[in-house]
Amino acid sequence: MIESVLSLDSAPLFGLPLEAVWFVVLFFFLAMFLFLDGFDFGIGALFATRNDDEDRNQLLAAVGPFWDGNEVWLVVFGGAMFAAFPAVYANLFSRNYLLLFALLFALGLRGLAPEFYEQREDRGWRRAWGWAFVVGSVAAPFTLGMFAANWLLGSTRLVTIPGVVVGLAVVALTIVEGSGFLVLKTRGELRTEMRRYGTRAAVAYLALVVVTLGWLLVMTPRLRDALLAPLPLALVVLTVLLVVGVIAAHRREADVAAFCASGGLAFGLVALVATLLYPTIDPAADLTVGAAVVPLLSLNLMTIMAGVLLPIILGYFVVLYSVFSGPIEPEETY
Amino acid sequence: MVDPVVLSRAQFALTIIVHIVFPVLSMGLAPFLVYFTWKEIRTHEPVYEQLRRFWARVFAISFVTGTVTGIVLEFEFGTNWSEFSRAAGAVIAGPLATEGMMAFFLEAVFLGVFLFGRDRVSDRTYFASAFLTGLGSWLSATWILIVNSWMQHPRGYQLVTRNGETVITLTDPIAAYANPRFFWEFVHMQNSAVLSVALLIAGIAAYYVWTGRATAFWERSLKSALAVMVVSAPFQVIHGDAYARHIANTQPEKFAAMEAVWETARYVPEYIIAFPTTFSQILDPRAKELVGIGIPGMASWLASGGNPNAPITGLSEFANVGTPPIAVVFWSFRIMVALGFWFIVLAFWGGYRWRTGELLEDRLLHKALMASSVLGFVAVEFGWMVAEIGRQPWIIQGVMKTSEAVSPDLSGSDALLTFAGFAVGYLGLLVLVVYVLVRLIRRGPPTVRDGPDRNPGDQGVPTDD
Repeated sequence: MIESVLSLDSAPLFGLPLEAVWFVVLFFFLAMFLFLDGFDFGIGALFATRNDDEDRNQLLAAVGPFWDGNEVWLVVFGGAMFAAFPAVYANLFSRNYLLLFALLFALGLRGLAPEFYEQREDRGWRRAWGWAFVVGSVAAPFTLGMFAANWLLGSTRLVTIPGVVVGLAVVALTIVEGSGFLVLKTRGELRTEMRRYGTRAAVAYLALVVVTLGWLLVMTPRLRDALLAPLPLALVVLTVLLVVGVIAAHRREADVAAFCASGGLAFGLVALVATLLYPTIDPAADLTVGAAVVPLLSLNLMTIMAGVLLPIILGYFVVLYSVFSGPIEPEETY
Repeated sequence: MVDPVVLSRAQFALTIIVHIVFPVLSMGLAPFLVYFTWKEIRTHEPVYEQLRRFWARVFAISFVTGTVTGIVLEFEFGTNWSEFSRAAGAVIAGPLATEGMMAFFLEAVFLGVFLFGRDRVSDRTYFASAFLTGLGSWLSATWILIVNSWMQHPRGYQLVTRNGETVITLTDPIAAYANPRFFWEFVHMQNSAVLSVALLIAGIAAYYVWTGRATAFWERSLKSALAVMVVSAPFQVIHGDAYARHIANTQPEKFAAMEAVWETARYVPEYIIAFPTTFSQILDPRAKELVGIGIPGMASWLASGGNPNAPITGLSEFANVGTPPIAVVFWSFRIMVALGFWFIVLAFWGGYRWRTGELLEDRLLHKALMASSVLGFVAVEFGWMVAEIGRQPWIIQGVMKTSEAVSPDLSGSDALLTFAGFAVGYLGLLVLVVYVLVRLIRRGPPTVRDGPDRNPGDQGVPTDD
């Protein structure tokens, strides 16, 4: 087994060179994170709109069994980037030093807040941890969006205008996703309100995407050409269609469709970033996928590991989401 | 401005010192939770449901805190140690990514089922979720220790020049990852986790017995913990002794630092107890000049596996590459070993009282157990300091120095900002976690349906809200 791995040349998989496969895998991990943990962030942001204890418990109960498994997609995104493209990992993470720590701080706050929230019942304590939950849930996608924009633009500055706009767009996207998930998990008045928030957030997301694309077309000649290729244009059209789909689904109370369309938006955004990058993977260092990839033996081992484990992992998620399917029962808490 | 290398080292040390508490707690609790869940399902005795629910709460807090602090470590390789990541990525990043895919997903997903799914799944699926959660936490340690053991004892690699940089390429995965050091580290680590949690459970149970609230729940907890201690405490010391021999063979500098041997010598004594005569000897211990009780020839005997006259290479021979901070390594090692022997005393003392039927009467034993409840974690911290500080100045033993591993563009002010943030944030986090755990312990186990032993905590024990 190991001998044959050692002797493999750069064997193409599905007609793609192995480094391109890992480029796709990397962005698949990122998309899964943005899709799954994205709705957790959105629920965290929507927590700010609820004053009623019962509503707040519903939102926390909706996140409870899922968030930690969802967040692991970020861990494997980091791990896969480190394993397949260590130079990119080293460049991007050290270049965006303070931004990365802001993201980690936000994720920490988002993870810890619900755990502490439910430890005591008095008002001040719950108020403080409720706000911590909201702030962490908004700051995490915002910093993630800024990181993605810096990556794509090859920016060496921490805060840029497109970075802020993309950050806001990702926040809006997570609210679309969060409300999409909550319409599946709640009932009655709460569900109606979530449909309304989902519609508004979808409009905001579309507006922010248009602003971002406008900026790219006008200000960045390199990305202008990349953007005007067929695949990125198709992804832009898809994004517009999915936004319309989310709004129409909420209007018709087609809740499953609304949730699926919001997930499609997450995948569409990540795919757009990936297609604008490829075959470059680190524009600031002018590194292509081929130049940044690890030597073949390490890459082959990783491919075997991922090939065996990914189907199993997807199986876990099927188990998890089917065990906790359907609306929150009244007695369920965080 | 302060040196970013110093700050990065301090930040990594701080983040890992805080983080390691939580995986140890999770990994140590895992076998207990699997056992309690099994007994609950098989016997339907309410006490096992109480045990499972109570310790699952502790596990949940530990897991969340471990996740939050562990993601930081993964990212710090890129943010603070980019030269190390660039150079060693081809060898160490595969196991780290595999940890995420094989272990972390398993633990995180099935913990969701374990914590929230009792009424939604069958008994069999529920037991599987407990088992898979525990398995995930142990597999995490497996992959992390594969990486660590390679850094301590690198094998199966070559240095090559690529894009104008010297990088480490993997040439022999079996040699690199099935590293002999891994087996020593893994057994030592996992046994210490189980022992630490047994001590914690015993200490908390002893508190309830001592305050006169010895319900069946706490009696069962105390006995389960003691049974585990009787086996794991002696095993830890015996295994540790053989592990030290492996270190003497593979990392002679570290072994010399653990024993503060400066000049190469034969017939080196092992100091069971050592006293520095002057303050400077606390900071600069030299075994020959310390006052204490030493067994003649014992250190040579340990290092060589049976020859009291064997030579031990002194630290002065390694001075050209720099030596680790001897004082930290020497005293940390002694604290760890002393605690290891103390745990054996506690285990046999408790075991003896159990046999004579006086387990609930020996007040001094209860006090000793209460005082020792977190000492397992203390021993783990000192053990890690021996392992990690003992290999300095190397980040990869003999291959790359820690000072060469830091991100080249990292500014002192950025590093200072994040270090200050962690110092404040992690201190606050520790205070909160301890507060929450103490509250949980004072409230005691949850009341369950048809519970024969209603916990007094649910009726009259003051809680602070």
